[in-house]
Amino acid sequence: MAGGACDLPRAGGAVIVLGRQSARRRVTDRVMGWVCLAAILVAVAPLASVLGYIVIQGASALNWAFFTHLPAPVGEPGGGMANAILGTLTLIGLAACVGVPVGILGGLFLAEAGDGRLGWWIRFTADVLNGLPSIVVGVFVYALVVVPMHRFSALAGGLALGVMMIPLVVRTTEEMVRLVPSSLREASLALGIRWWVTSLRIVLRTATAGVITGIMLAVARIGGETAPLLFTAFNNQFWQAGLDQPISSLTVQLFTYSIAPYDDWHRQAWAAALVLMAITLLLNVAARAAGRQRFTMGGR
Amino acid sequence: MSYAAPAGRGVPPLPAESRVRSGRGGDAIFRVLLTVFGVAVIVLVAAIACVLTGAAMPAIRRFGPAFLWTSRWDPVHNIFGALPFVFGTVASSALALLVAVPISLGVAVYLVEIAPPRTSIALSFIIELLAAIPSVILGLWGIFVLAPWVRSAVEPVLSAVLGWLPLFSGPQYGIGLLAAGIILAIMIIPIVSSVSRDVLRAVPAEQREAMYALGATRWEVISRAVVPYGRIGIIGAVILGLGRALGETMAVTMVIGNRPQISTSLFQPAYTIAAVLANEFSEATSDLYLSALIEMALVLFAVSLIVNALARWLVARATSHARAAR
Amino acid sequence: MRTTPYWRSLLAVAAICALFVGMSPAVRPVKGAGIVTLTGAGATFPYPLYSRWFSEYNRAHPDVRINYQPIGSGGGIEQVKNRTVDFGASDAPLSDDQLKAMGRPVILIPTVAGAIAMSYNVPNVGTGLRLTPQNIAALYLGTITKWNDPKLTADNPGMKLPNMPITVVHRSDGSGTTFHFTSFLSLVSPEWANKVGHATSVEWPVGIGGKGNDGVAGAIKQAPGAIGYVELAYVKQNNLTYALVKNRDGHWVAPSLAATVLAAAGGAGQMVKTHDVRVSIAYAPGPTNYPIAGFTYLLIPREQTDAVKGKALVGFLWWAIHDGEKDAAQLLYAQAPAAVVKIDEGLVKQVTYQGKALVTP
Repeated sequence: MAGGACDLPRAGGAVIVLGRQSARRRVTDRVMGWVCLAAILVAVAPLASVLGYIVIQGASALNWAFFTHLPAPVGEPGGGMANAILGTLTLIGLAACVGVPVGILGGLFLAEAGDGRLGWWIRFTADVLNGLPSIVVGVFVYALVVVPMHRFSALAGGLALGVMMIPLVVRTTEEMVRLVPSSLREASLALGIRWWVTSLRIVLRTATAGVITGIMLAVARIGGETAPLLFTAFNNQFWQAGLDQPISSLTVQLFTYSIAPYDDWHRQAWAAALVLMAITLLLNVAARAAGRQRFTMGGR
Repeated sequence: MSYAAPAGRGVPPLPAESRVRSGRGGDAIFRVLLTVFGVAVIVLVAAIACVLTGAAMPAIRRFGPAFLWTSRWDPVHNIFGALPFVFGTVASSALALLVAVPISLGVAVYLVEIAPPRTSIALSFIIELLAAIPSVILGLWGIFVLAPWVRSAVEPVLSAVLGWLPLFSGPQYGIGLLAAGIILAIMIIPIVSSVSRDVLRAVPAEQREAMYALGATRWEVISRAVVPYGRIGIIGAVILGLGRALGETMAVTMVIGNRPQISTSLFQPAYTIAAVLANEFSEATSDLYLSALIEMALVLFAVSLIVNALARWLVARATSHARAAR
Repeated sequence: MRTTPYWRSLLAVAAICALFVGMSPAVRPVKGAGIVTLTGAGATFPYPLYSRWFSEYNRAHPDVRINYQPIGSGGGIEQVKNRTVDFGASDAPLSDDQLKAMGRPVILIPTVAGAIAMSYNVPNVGTGLRLTPQNIAALYLGTITKWNDPKLTADNPGMKLPNMPITVVHRSDGSGTTFHFTSFLSLVSPEWANKVGHATSVEWPVGIGGKGNDGVAGAIKQAPGAIGYVELAYVKQNNLTYALVKNRDGHWVAPSLAATVLAAAGGAGQMVKTHDVRVSIAYAPGPTNYPIAGFTYLLIPREQTDAVKGKALVGFLWWAIHDGEKDAAQLLYAQAPAAVVKIDEGLVKQVTYQGKALVTP
């Protein structure tokens, strides 16, 4: 069946069967066409503005010190965000330790044995988890981990981000595994290979590219999260001393610097935005180029 | 998106021999392992609900349902009412929808009906890039670009033209409900437009062809056949956008002014539930204060659950309805 | 479908995870003899000074890292109560109820005193606007709404105040600065005392909220027509304008080091007399006192649970009340008068680990 209006003839001046198309109707058609184009421009304008400002302001603020120095004391110019960059990477690593196993195995369950009631419930709760405001996840991890542990820690921050990764990875893993032709699965089972071996070594292996793509998109999303880190990972002026200590991150540092009055901090905030944006865009573009699939989870 | 297993691509039932063998060793363990991790997702969400409810109990018991419509937020006297935050959340989200929905519909219509295929793909990609921008970066842009622009260009114009309305009266800070509404609109345009685009694409070609056959112009086809056909799904897309707007934290807290008040003017600062959690959570100096904040987190959790579920159901109905009609 | 040797991909993902996670302590190799990290949180009021202290102390003692997060006095008090930090900082002295709620003995150590400046951003109006305490209260109650209000122009005949609405800025977080400011307002305005009261977080009649002293300073900078209360160090570091305030004796005083030192001296006398460090120096009598000022305190749990951390903390405290104080003047904080230093020494000696005092002077 035809895949949409793109295939249809342009109706601008085409077939007229019943009654003439009055000038008014034609003009309306033209005008509304322009209106829709205007809508696109209005939607794209903020994107252009944000990217423009980030590139212009951020590039001028980026220097070697930014990547290698620790933050300077309040009011003193200079310093950098080296510990924040490392902190973000560490938090992503920790989050992946939680998000990837649960996500892949959960997605595998949905693909292999999720046709019933239980599968329905798992998909529903994954969707709920995906739509949850990230600050609520932060509150949850604070109550569960930070208070009993009596300290803010990288572990708590990683856990909060990992929880947010789970629904994305579950859904994309399920989709990717379901795309593997069932003939492959059936052939493997027909050869007498056990179900669990088939699942892991044949089906999952075939879907690897897509699963990795899903993980990259999930990482891109959590890399930009701030709210859940505010009272789990807290912040740190120094290098990380251990996983049970507070840890700095690009996003929290960006937030702190942007609401402060110091111009030097504003400068560094734009530089941080540039670095963060570059990482996020890189991951998104690479994932889409590799996967060439659209993931309709949406929402943040 | 439906929560039942996707049709037509299902896993075939385990062949008989495998079922016999599955009682042994590896397969059984594997099944248990997968089930555990699958159920872990449910357990996680249930845990969040339980932990939040438990921590919010002191406030629930103390204030009861009146919490939601009391408007005093007074940490000194330990009187807490969530109304200003509920108002701020609802008002900023409503404003965001008002701005974003027409734009998103226009975008979706353009991408599906008007643009050539290559342009459509490129533009879709660009719009989805907007969704990839982290909230805190949009907030940064909001403080230094949007708020000054609102204060110097938008608010004076609105005040000059429509200043007799209480909605556009009062001092012009730049920061406030208007800026928050605009930034939320920017954040929800990608999701509303991409889901609407899917919905419009799912409208069967016969609908369009029939209208063209009747001599309609392109716009008449769009406005009288395609969009009405997909209206359920579009409503779902809008509600999805609403769900996103309700929970948005960072960008909002950076431009909304952080003042728990209910006012009739869009120029005034306000406060949302998510923003007050971000600002005051680590500083709640009494157990009741903390509990009141967590009760609001619980409200946010419940509302986002309902809104998202409703939205997904509507969208699923629209897209599967259309598919079935083919 | 392109098949990748998936165990290789999985290995790659696991390796990258391990790399990210392992990188953190590995980059700065933690050499055997442990690096002690102390975590603190609290007031933004003394943050410019404290951040310099921690940086200097770390340079002198590279094995001690003090990670302090300025989240507001309210936050400091709460995190000390929850035991998620090793020490806290608050400008607001803890009430007896708050001390009891801590669950364990917590010592308040006054470090420095600071002035709270009224900073504003009005086009073509420089430093030196004159504000009476009653006018300040009226601004924050919302009864004066325009810059050219007769009450303001009466005190400022030489200044051209525009017909511009006033944007009042206050703190959105739990703040000791707010505590001192609202204490001052309660003393000068009975209407304020009845309607709003004084605390770290109050129900503000008007205004927009900023997070932390820096957030308020930032908000003032961004909004023409704004006025707010900010600790003096932030005002000086950002070249903001500030107002002269009429003190109790009727003189117009600018927030300055000298005026703050005088206020602090008065406070020291009170502390010695009442044997309680929790004093208020707002609106104190004196010819050249600055009326909006306050002490700031460090919150230290008396019984330490970790010998190494306890020793490091006590070592820092001893350094702070003797050597650290020398930095105070440069950032316009009044250093603790000699009498207060003596009291502080006594307090630091009270910090114990398993019953034994940690200080070896």
